[in-house]
Amino acid sequence: MNKEELLSKLKTIITPYVQNQEGLENLTEDTDFIQDLEINSANLVDVILDVEDEFDIEIDNEAMEKMLTVKASLVIIEEKLNEK
Amino acid sequence: MTKKNIVSKLPYTKPFLFVDEIIDVNEEHIKAHYTFLEDEFFYKGHFKDNPVTPGVILTECMAQIGMACLGIYLLKDSWDDENWQVAMTNSQVDFYKPVFPGEKVIVTANKIYFRFNKLKCDVVMHNANDTIVAKGTVAGMAFKK
Repeated sequence: MNKEELLSKLKTIITPYVQNQEGLENLTEDTDFIQDLEINSANLVDVILDVEDEFDIEIDNEAMEKMLTVKASLVIIEEKLNEK
Repeated sequence: MTKKNIVSKLPYTKPFLFVDEIIDVNEEHIKAHYTFLEDEFFYKGHFKDNPVTPGVILTECMAQIGMACLGIYLLKDSWDDENWQVAMTNSQVDFYKPVFPGEKVIVTANKIYFRFNKLKCDVVMHNANDTIVAKGTVAGMAFKK
């Protein structure tokens, strides 16, 4: 899976939890889930669970704490996919 | 963690504590009951001269049992109400029957997931006649202060 495909799948996952639509329209790798998209911490858990289902990977506490931006999430998803 | 212990560790107190006793609890499930007092504070206003337990209070009762009590059980010894806080994050509840002053309700909750300190449960409330009064899902989070 290339980076564009990953990004597009991640965007689909986060969309229902985003409160700031403008942030979503201007999504880049630097987008911060909490600051830019106004996803709250409870919905961040849902994002992580949906990522696990979509990519069939397991996210541990340590990885979860890092997944606060698009860039960090893509790195972790790629790492976990490579471990499979 | 004993059943009595869980209730004593809840972060609520009267007039906003809606758990009397836990009947059964394990990693997946909890069952507990509460009897609404004849003089709960909200009966004065809901409704005029016609006291009925508000739906938000039934939801709160289900959340205190299904999320707070089960959550404390799942967090085991790491929980204490000095350093932790809880917040309800989602609720979707349908109501089927009214609950009047003095009525006992029994709440059962089944865990959907408990991950990263977020707990989501299916919850059901029955009255003393074993009739369903409310049913839905609730979710909440525990976090350090």
